[in-house]
This record gives sequence, structure tokens and C-alpha cells, in this order.
Amino acid sequence: MDLDRRSLLKGVASAGAAAVASGLGATEAVAAERRQAPADAVGMLYDATRCIGCKTCVVACHEANFPNPFEEEEERGDMYFDPVDLDDRCRNIIKLFKDGERRSYVKRQCMHCIDPACAGACMIGALQKREHGAVTYDPSRCIGCRYCEVACPFNIPRFEWTKPFSSKIVKCELCSHRLAEGKIPACCEVCPTSAVIFGRYPDLVEEAHRRIAETPGRYRDHVYGEHEAGGTQVLYLGPPHVEFTELGLPALSDDSVAAKPRTLQHGIYQGFLTPVALYGILGAVMWRNRRSAKKDQAGGQEETP
Amino acid sequence: MSTAAARVEGPLWTRAFKIVFAIAVFGLAVMAWRFAVGLGAATGLNDGYPWGLWITFDVVCGTAFGCGGYAVAILVYILNKGKYHPLVRPAILTSALGYTMGGLAVAVDVGRPWLVWKVPFSPTRWNLSSAQLEVALCIMAYMIVLWIELAPAFLERWKDSDRPGLARFSERSLGFFEKALIWIIALGVLLPTMHQSSLGTMMLLAGPKLSALWATPMVPLLFLLGCIAMGYGVVVMESSLSARFFGRQRETAMLASLSRAIVVVLALWLVIRLLDLVVRGQVGAMLGSGAQSFWLWLELLLAAAPLAMLLVKGRLRNSGWLFGAAALAVVGGTLYRFNVYLTAFDPGVQYTYFPTVPEIFITVGMLALELTAFIWLVKTFPILSGTRPPATHEV
Amino acid sequence: MDPNLWTALAEKSLLDHPTDRRSFLKICSIVAAAVGLPAAAAEEMADAVAQGRRPSVIWLSFQECTGCTESLLRTSHPALDELILDLISLDYHEALMVPSGNLAEEARMKAMDDNDGAFILVVEGAIPTKDDGIYCKVGGRTALDIVREAADRAGAIIAIGSCASWGGIPSADPNPTGARGAPAVLEGKTVVTIPGCPANPYNFLGTALQYATFGTLPALDEKGRPMFAYGRTIHEHCPRRAHFDAGRFVQQFGDEGHRLGYCLYKMGCKGPQTHANCSVQHFGETVDAWPIGLGHPCFGCTEQALAFRVPLHTTAVIERPMPPDTYPPIVAEKGEVSPWATGVAGAVVGAAATAGLMASRKLAREGVDDGEKEE
Repeated sequence: MDLDRRSLLKGVASAGAAAVASGLGATEAVAAERRQAPADAVGMLYDATRCIGCKTCVVACHEANFPNPFEEEEERGDMYFDPVDLDDRCRNIIKLFKDGERRSYVKRQCMHCIDPACAGACMIGALQKREHGAVTYDPSRCIGCRYCEVACPFNIPRFEWTKPFSSKIVKCELCSHRLAEGKIPACCEVCPTSAVIFGRYPDLVEEAHRRIAETPGRYRDHVYGEHEAGGTQVLYLGPPHVEFTELGLPALSDDSVAAKPRTLQHGIYQGFLTPVALYGILGAVMWRNRRSAKKDQAGGQEETP
Repeated sequence: MSTAAARVEGPLWTRAFKIVFAIAVFGLAVMAWRFAVGLGAATGLNDGYPWGLWITFDVVCGTAFGCGGYAVAILVYILNKGKYHPLVRPAILTSALGYTMGGLAVAVDVGRPWLVWKVPFSPTRWNLSSAQLEVALCIMAYMIVLWIELAPAFLERWKDSDRPGLARFSERSLGFFEKALIWIIALGVLLPTMHQSSLGTMMLLAGPKLSALWATPMVPLLFLLGCIAMGYGVVVMESSLSARFFGRQRETAMLASLSRAIVVVLALWLVIRLLDLVVRGQVGAMLGSGAQSFWLWLELLLAAAPLAMLLVKGRLRNSGWLFGAAALAVVGGTLYRFNVYLTAFDPGVQYTYFPTVPEIFITVGMLALELTAFIWLVKTFPILSGTRPPATHEV
Repeated sequence: MDPNLWTALAEKSLLDHPTDRRSFLKICSIVAAAVGLPAAAAEEMADAVAQGRRPSVIWLSFQECTGCTESLLRTSHPALDELILDLISLDYHEALMVPSGNLAEEARMKAMDDNDGAFILVVEGAIPTKDDGIYCKVGGRTALDIVREAADRAGAIIAIGSCASWGGIPSADPNPTGARGAPAVLEGKTVVTIPGCPANPYNFLGTALQYATFGTLPALDEKGRPMFAYGRTIHEHCPRRAHFDAGRFVQQFGDEGHRLGYCLYKMGCKGPQTHANCSVQHFGETVDAWPIGLGHPCFGCTEQALAFRVPLHTTAVIERPMPPDTYPPIVAEKGEVSPWATGVAGAVVGAAATAGLMASRKLAREGVDDGEKEE
């Protein structure tokens, strides 16, 4: 192969251009499918304007989800269960935004996305979207690789960093264990002002818009989570003078995070056809090479370098 | 002189080997400590940056260093360039060690490593949408394939063993290899093609957290080209160093012509990378993204520099020049992977990550472990070929 | 003590004539509940009285203002005095007993002889120790002498009030008499201290009645104070704590904040450093009859380090500065860059780069003139 600079340049440039054009073109052309909420979808609606920051939901969540609530905190010598952020012992938290006269509380927990990135990431299905839409976690399958943390645009899953062995992921699961018993999530049950309510997802979307329509001066005209990241089953209403980003809720497009990589992966590997075909081609090529090499040797000819 | 593979002569416990071995043992000790105190205490990882030095360097780059076997196999067995054959076995060894180190790094990094082996055996639970599934399965399979591909080196030594059972087994296995080689090598080309590209696809799931300078559907192709360039680069480096330190025949001429492959791959990579940035409208961002701009331009520079070096006709016979260009190609490929996994990843202002000292020690220890194994294996088994002739040269 | 309870009792008029066991038992239950003893204590108390087993109490008074006695007398409707006196046998109390002079002293010696090793010794007031204790003498004997002799023969020793606990007002600088508390002069003895100026009578009653009924003393801290009353600081269970946490303070006596009942920390409240239960167990059986409740900062009357030492309006040191109701910020920072790690990383990268460069140079020098053939 005699390679001079010009032919190299030409060859590579055309090959590269072709690759970029077809690659980018193809992925744009394939519309990433937009998933809908399941038929029995349930969710939560959090109205920041009704929240008084009492943090009863934080305590109730801790008691409902940990077998020995507060025991670990006592062992550590903490005087109070007072998490600063979501972590491996806190699945739900109330935070305060304050800037002069502008204030709002915000409740943070898993958003239970309609097309969850975390469930798309987990290779072994430890995180799954259930029939009612809650994204639940099965620790028995989890290897602790934390790909779900990379994927989540809201940075919700938390890892047990302090445990030397058997560290797993912790996050809100919409109290699926309580839903199974006909109860509602603990945070929704204890909220004294009904700032966070539980219900069927379509009803909550309707209720959110109804509140904005009936008392427009009280709310920002946007239901956060209705479309963000492909839609989430936890919705937020906020006061008009505070941006959702100031509350720590990221500004996201309507595209589901999981959709593009899934489309790319499926596009290449659908039905495992491409790998099998490639394997066959590789094998065939090598077979032919070896046969011609044997023929050359038998014929006493020199191998061409 | 001989082109056949042979053990490297000389004592094992040289001063250099002792040093490398000591670092490896220290690294193992720190690994044990990590399991005593947990990831939170041992590393700088947090919920914003769940992946750090170990995933990025030890796994993603470490397996890319191990693409020498893959890259050379393409040349020798697919493109039928038999003259590169002496490079195959050492490349396979480097690959086997690189992938094994990657596997060890995964075991140290994940929270529940003993459950990793459940993954290939639970097909009903597989999430077929996850690029990581494919990466995990392919890497596990490829690791096995690599050691199988390396097996003839062990069998050739064992067939001369004093133990008749072992000798017979080795003879028969070598016979099997004669026939089945093609299908094993085909796997050895298929599997890296799949997972090295998917390692790039994996980061696309970071979505809005991945900078637009690196987030592109072209990333699997860029990762694939990158790993091939790194594979050839590592082969050139390993060959040059073995010639120097293990008294091997200098293969400079072979490496010089091999460098043409590096040129093609690097050129392709650069063109695709730049075109992609232009087509996606990222030219402005290339300069206006602060620290990310710096790392982007460094990445492009480290791809362009070896390319330029290898296009200088007169220098190709210079072993040091080749080595330097190859090293830059490897560093450039490494930086690209670092950029995709860490530089481009922004979980939000509240999160900071920098590896802790123990994290760095474990990485260094793993490299030392790999080097220890390499030295021991080439001195025990016929892997490196081309023993150097005596001082007089044939003209 | 719940004032409504006492109104109810008064209305019942049983107290004037506790004729039957049942009504007496009822009253004992009320007293037991008031001092935090279990319900079973009531029966035991009633039985002890019925059997004439009333523990003897010898109450010694030294450098004191009699405030603690007065405080105790303000625990009830007058009939409770009788009840207390019926539950225990107050055999010596200088303010309350009938005899005086030598007769009183003889009564004391007789009581001590009759109840040797079993009587409750109560000490009120500080004990002067300077010049062999001549600054307080009763019947020609120094206080020091009297208290030591009594302590040797007592079953339990309770020091009521700050003066008896650690010296109180007589011990304030320059302490000309060398006034000290009972524990200081009774080395080696277990002395229950009930500091306060005055002491809260229910703290004393709870301790005394527990001993009288069960023969045990409550759990004490390192200063001999019962944990049930002195285990927490005023700051930890103050009704104005929410104002402290929210940063609402009285800036000047009589200002708007003062009228609204804001926190008195800035006015010098020693609540954060004072162990006592005044905030939950008010005085005179009247709601809010305690300093902070009335709008004046606590001055730390139970604490030797504070009372009569630190000026009233000097702000106190907060012992545990971690209020429970700070709110998590929106952005909670995580992760840091350790300078050591940066150094090590730099060293590793530097070493690798140097090694690469050196190898490249070395290979270049050795490789150019090697003259190998093309394969």
C-alpha cells in the first residue's frame, strides 16, 4: 500500500465525511419514540406555595422506609436526624430557597419519570418502572456500578458510600410497599397542609392546571415535570417570583434522556443481526486468507508481504 | 537470528522487577484497605461524580490499551498482512493483561463485586436497551477469548514438559488450536468492535449532563477508531521497549510500516471529530467553553501531533521518533476518553471531584501489577519473538 | 403543679378532713403524680402513714435567707403542709418547729438518736469554713460541727437551694466567711443537691418522697443534682426557643419584641448554660411564674459559675450551637480537591511523561544507526 499524502488526505476526508453524514443523518431521522405514562399511572403533586417547611414528610419517609429509623443516626452520635441533602439514609428532603424577600420551600425526591434514564441504564434491571409508574429498586440484582447515578438528570439515586461491603443505591420508590397494601406514600399521608398530594397521574395534571387557572397570581404559569425529560409523574407548582432552577430543579428539554442512546443501541444491535453477520464475514475472510496462504505454501511461492 | 517466539533470557528478580513488584504489592494492599473502609472513605467519588479515575482510566482507557491484540489481528488476519505476525503474540499478551486489569478495576470500583458474575447468567433479567449490558457481556467474553488466544504460548512450553500428562494435553490442544484459530480470532475481532464502541455510547445516557462538545451520536465510532489507534500505539511502544530491555530484534522497519495504519486511523478520527463539531454547530463553543475548551483543543492537538510526526518521511526509521509518536497517540486517545467520561460530565455546581491519594495509588498499583505480570510471563513463556543476533550486523 | 388540680381539690374540701383511706389515697396519688413518682407510690405512702412509719427529717439551717423553706411552703393550699407533715415527720426545723433554744436542740438530739442511720438530713444555707467556722453558730456549736455530726448519722442527705449546694450568695466574691456548700464540707458522702435560688420545691419533694417511700435516691449527675430536674438546660426546653431559632430577640426591655414575648438571649439570658427545669415546673403553682415567663432573662441561679458571678445582662455562651431547624440549602456542596492528591497526581503524570520522553530519546539515539534490514 503506497500511501502518499494526497491520496491519504482524499481517502480519509471522503470516508470521514461519509461517516459523519450518514451517522448524524440517520440518528436525526429516526425519531426517538416518546413514551406515555402507563394506564394506571399514579404520582404526586407538590405545591410549593402550600408547603410550610415543617419537614414532617422527611421524618415520615424515613420511618416508612428504613427498618430501624434513627438507629444509625444515634450510633453516629448525631443529635438530630437532620440531613443536608438526599443521601443513603434520606429519600426525601425539604430544602429552602431564600433570596431577600423571595422564599420558597421545595421537596426533593425521585421524579418517577415516564421514561426513566436510570431504568434505561441499569443493565440487570434492578431499577424498573412498574405498572403504576413508580420506579422501584430491587437490591438483590444491583452490583453497585452507579450507572443509574450517571444517567439521572435530576441526580436522585444515592449510593451507600460509607459501607465497605454491599453498597447499594437508595431512592424514593413512591412507597410501593405501601401502595401494595392499599395505602398512599407516607409523605402524602402526613402533610398537614396537603402541599404534596397523591393521586392518579391524569387527575394531578388536571388539578395542577386548575389551580393555576383559578388563582393565577399565586402560581408560576408552568407545571414542572409535565414535559421535562419526557415527563415525570411527580409534578411541581411554584410561586411566581421564584424560578424552578432556583429551587434546584434543572432546566431540561422535553426529550427523554434514555431515548437517544436506546435508539442508537437498538439501531445497531436490533435482533443481534449485525454482530452475527459481522462474525460470519470475519470468519469467511480469514478462512479465505488461510486457504490462499496454504495454496501459496504448497505451490512453493513466497508469501507476498 | 530467529523470528520464532521464545522466552526472554535472564533472571526474573532484577532490580527493576523488584521495584515494580513492590509497587504492585503496595497497590494490592491499598485495594484491601478500600474494602475495609468503603468507597466513600477511599475515594473522592460522590453522588454527583459516581464514576472517577478507576472507571475512566483503569477500565475505559485500560481496555483501550488492551486493543493491541484487536488492532493487530485486523491487520494480520483480516487484511492478511502476514509480515506483522511476530507482533501478534505480545499484542495479545498486552491485551489480556489490559483487560484483566480493567476487570480488576471494576471489581474494586463497584459496590457489590461478587454479584457481577450473575450478570451473564441471568438472561431473563437483561435490560437490552442498556449499552452497559453489551459492554459487560462482551468484555467478560473477550477476556476469556484473549487468554485462550494466548494459550498457545503456554502450550508450546508445556508440550516439552517432563510431565507426560501435561505434554500430551498440550500437544492435543495445540492441534485443536490449529483448526479452531479462525473462529476464535473472529470472536477476538468482533467483540472489541462491539464493546469499545459501546463504551462511547454509554456516556450518551448522561444526557444533559454531557457537554455538547463531546455528546454526539458519532461517539461510538470515535471510540472505536480511538481504540484502534491506541492499540497500534501500544504495540509500537511495547515492541520498542522489549527490544531495548529484553534483547529483542529491533522491528523498526515493521513498526514504521505499521505506523501507516496509525496515520489512517488518526486521520479518520480527526476528520470525523472536526466535521461532527462543525455540522452540530459547536464551532463557537470550541473556544467559548472555558476549561472544557482547553481540554478539547489539547485532545485535538494530541491527535494531530502524532499524525504529523508520522507523516515526516525521513524520521520513520528512527526508533525513538516512532516511539514518541506512538506514545502521543496513546496519550491522545486516553485524553479523549478522559474527556468524554469526566471533563464533559457536569452534574451541577455543587459537585466537585478529584481522585484521592489512595485512589491514585490503586491505579498506579494496578499498572505495576500489569507490568509485573507482563515481565514474568515473557520470561516464562515463548511470547516475544525475534531474539537479537550477536553484535555483528549483517549488511 | 397544675393549678386546676388544686382548685378541684379545694372544692372537694376533703383535705380538711381526710376521714377515710380512699380519700387519703387519692390525695397521695395527686402528690405522687405531682413529684413524678409512679402511681404505685401512692399506696405505699398511704400504708406507711397508716403504720406510723413516717421518716424523720432533720432540717438544718445555716447561712440562708429561708427562701427555700418559703418556697416549699408555697406548694399548696395550706392543707398540703399538713399532708407533707403527715407523710414525713419533720422533727427539727428552726423556722417551723414550736420549741426553741435548748429545748429545740434536745429535740434534735433525741430525733437523731431515735432514727440513727435512717433520718433524712436536709441542709438549707451555706456553711462558713473560715476561722474554723465561727461565723455561724447554733447553741454554741459551729455549723461545720453540727452538719458533720448529723451527716455521719443520716440515712440520706439533701442540700436544698444554691447556698447549701455550692455556697450561693454568701459565697459571692470576696466570700469573707469562706461559705461553701454541703457537698464541699461533707467529703466522701453522697449529697443530693437541689440548687436554685430558691430551689423549685417540687424538685425537693420528688427526691424526698422517693426516699421516704422507696428508700432510693433518683439518678444524680456529677454534681449530685437529680437528673429528672437538672438533666437539661433551660435553653433546651424553653418556650421561647422557637424565637431564638428564628432570630427574634428582645433588643431593649419594653420594646415591641419584649411585648411579643421574643427570646431574651440578647438581654443576658443564661438559659443556654443553666441546668434546671424552671421552664416546665413553674413556681407558686402559677403558670409562667418564673423569670423568663415574666419577661426577665434567666440569671443562672442554679449554676455556681454563673449566679452572683456573671453580670445579669452579659450574654451567655451557647453550649451546643447546632439548632435542629436550620433548613438544607438548595445547593449542598459535595466533594473536594485535596492538595495532596493534586500533588501525587501531578507527580505520577510528570514521572510518566519524563519516562516516555527519556525512552523516546534513548531509543532514538540507539536506533538511528542500527542499520537493520527491511523484513
